Amino acid sequence: MSKPKSAYSQPTKFGKEDHHIIVVWVDNEAGVLARVIGLFSGRGYNIESLAVAEIDKIKHLSRITIVTKGTPEVIQQIKLQLGKLIPVHKVADFSRNDPKILFKELALLKVVGATKKLDKAKKLCKKHDGLILDKTKKSFVIQVTALRREIDKLVTTLKPLGLISVSRTGAVAMTKGDEVFTQ
Amino acid sequence: MPKLFSGAEIVFKALEDQKVEYIFGYPGGAVLPIYDELKNHKSIKHILARHEQGAGHAAEGYARSSGKPGVLLVTSGPGATNAVTALTDAYMDSIPVVCISGQVPTHLIGTDAFQECDTTGITRPCTKHNWLVKDVNDLADIMSQAFKIATSGRPGPVLVDIPKDIQFNKGIYKISKNKLEKKLNGALSNKINLKDVDNFIEMIKKSSKPIFYTGGGVINSGPKASELLRNLVSLTGFPITSTLQGLGAYPGDDNQFLGMLGMHGTYEANNAMHDCDLMINIGARFDDRITGKIDEFSPKSKKIHIDIDPSSIGKNVKVDLAITSDVTELLQAVIKRFKEKNKNFIESNKQKTAKWWSQIDKWREKKSLNFINSKETIKPQHAVQRLYELTKHQDTFITTEVGQHQMWAAQHYKFNKPNRWMTSGGLGTMGYGLPAAIGVQIAHPKKLVVDIAGEASILMNIQEMSTAIQYRLPIKIFILNNEYMGMVRQWQELLHDKNYSESYTEALPDFVKLAEAYGAVGIRAKTPDELDEKIKEMIKTDKPVIFDCVVDKVENCYPMIPSGKPHNQMLLGPEDEKEEVSDEGKTLV
Repeated sequence: MSKPKSAYSQPTKFGKEDHHIIVVWVDNEAGVLARVIGLFSGRGYNIESLAVAEIDKIKHLSRITIVTKGTPEVIQQIKLQLGKLIPVHKVADFSRNDPKILFKELALLKVVGATKKLDKAKKLCKKHDGLILDKTKKSFVIQVTALRREIDKLVTTLKPLGLISVSRTGAVAMTKGDEVFTQ
Repeated sequence: MPKLFSGAEIVFKALEDQKVEYIFGYPGGAVLPIYDELKNHKSIKHILARHEQGAGHAAEGYARSSGKPGVLLVTSGPGATNAVTALTDAYMDSIPVVCISGQVPTHLIGTDAFQECDTTGITRPCTKHNWLVKDVNDLADIMSQAFKIATSGRPGPVLVDIPKDIQFNKGIYKISKNKLEKKLNGALSNKINLKDVDNFIEMIKKSSKPIFYTGGGVINSGPKASELLRNLVSLTGFPITSTLQGLGAYPGDDNQFLGMLGMHGTYEANNAMHDCDLMINIGARFDDRITGKIDEFSPKSKKIHIDIDPSSIGKNVKVDLAITSDVTELLQAVIKRFKEKNKNFIESNKQKTAKWWSQIDKWREKKSLNFINSKETIKPQHAVQRLYELTKHQDTFITTEVGQHQMWAAQHYKFNKPNRWMTSGGLGTMGYGLPAAIGVQIAHPKKLVVDIAGEASILMNIQEMSTAIQYRLPIKIFILNNEYMGMVRQWQELLHDKNYSESYTEALPDFVKLAEAYGAVGIRAKTPDELDEKIKEMIKTDKPVIFDCVVDKVENCYPMIPSGKPHNQMLLGPEDEKEEVSDEGKTLV
């Protein structure tokens, strides 16, 4: 703590930065996503990925899953600031290493190239139970569901084999067992 | 078939239901149907400002001095964008304001229509919540929610954007009940936990160097909170200091009061904050102007933080006991419990805190608010002191602009009651004081309202003089005129090698003639000899007055904690200036 810090310098938030998955249940109304992500950009928080969809057609509830990185203090602020937004019903926060939580992300990958390379690429996707959605002589599109970092890795290894297009959903999360998250 | 009302009628029905007496605003194309409806509602009076920012600050002044929400009515496009500064100001200082804005008709939204702007998009980060009304049948509900959200929990501004066609359309006036309520700012509950109360009292009993540090939350909680605070402070015998926004919650002339703390706070308050072993923060938010260098902020103390907004707790400073609660409710619980268990606390504790008090007295002997007075020129501090002495016998409301004069007012004017002090603290909006004074005078027609101003700030919303004249509001504008943006000049002197870049105002207006041009009274004081007589003349005048108080041009505001320094390294006066400010300190604002 010998290095002097100012009232304005962010590093005063001591503690190690860690990945967290924030899940927010909101009323699906106009502008609600802008409120949530505006809060992140306005207060200087990270968004690494974002997944949103309506989950209850009758109550018009949407579930927003945000992967973010921050010190414990910042993560705490994110939760509390989100909680203040009017359309927000509840906020859950999961550490990426929490064993009780399932995380999944879906990716569509398009590989174009010679047969030899395509075969090699398919093989690499196999261990993620990739599902081939479209196939031609020169290309294929495969759907992979895995952890974020697994997809990151796969993308890197597929690059030299002719990966030309990547589309990812961003992570979604759910608790294991018979429990549901209540606030 | 229920009775149908136009959108404009629904707006007024909602305002009547909320018992709104005054709205501050400015008409324009997209809000004309609402203005058309005004004539049918005699209980609601419209105050026409000269600029939407002025209307917004007037609504703030009204709200802060009366405890009721301020209502603002503006048109689309420039009307709404002009209101943004006022809304942001209200957001930062937690002032309940309901802004109703007109919008272009629904079918024109998104076409870059005349006077169209994305009002809800622009105001999203500076309101607690906002709505774009898409169906006239939702309007009654939205209006009711708007008032609820603005006034509950930590108060703040809200905005309802109403397209012109919705103002004409007919709909029902019905308020549904089972809407999601957000009274608690996201807290799960605000039930006070008895264990927290007991911990609170235990920490009080254990401490030998305690201090109360109170803020605007006490004022926002209502007059009862100030009473309870006085009660608790006298029960414990502890010293108390206040933030800029908390002034008036505790009597400024009481012996237990150490004055304001922070960047321009007193030596005793800041040193006590630094050296204390128990800090009891009630309704303040550890703002950077208070904490200074955060790593060295009160290193040895246990800290209690009471705030109604859970996101304020642990944001800047970690605390040992956090209680999310309204100040009034918590103080009631604490005092009750305290009295039950500690009948003779003061006697038993006197010895424990005696050393602390004698240390505080030593700091007090520095008399950090002292200044070298002059017989030739009026010192700005002297001017504020004389204003205080000559107005303290009557119930006076003070507003300010932003800068040196604001700090001198905070240091030298002593407030004894809450809601008497209206200043822009969080956002620091120059041009706040004059329109705010208008709002205060509307809420308190018979009281003396003084805007302590600087000559630079006052010019930012000087057009509102015209409003003051129109409604015969005898506000007093007390300008400490040094021809400089004083605080900018002070920072340039101390931190930028005396390079007074653009901080001197050439070609200032003649404020006496300016007052007369508006139909107000202009008074000028140039020497200390004539100051008292002129101030008395100002107070006597039953019209708006611009008082041009010509003061020392280069006086600096002390004491001062240079940016990036801890509380116990204050500059007390010119003799301390020689100490170099570190390069790191210079980069701070």
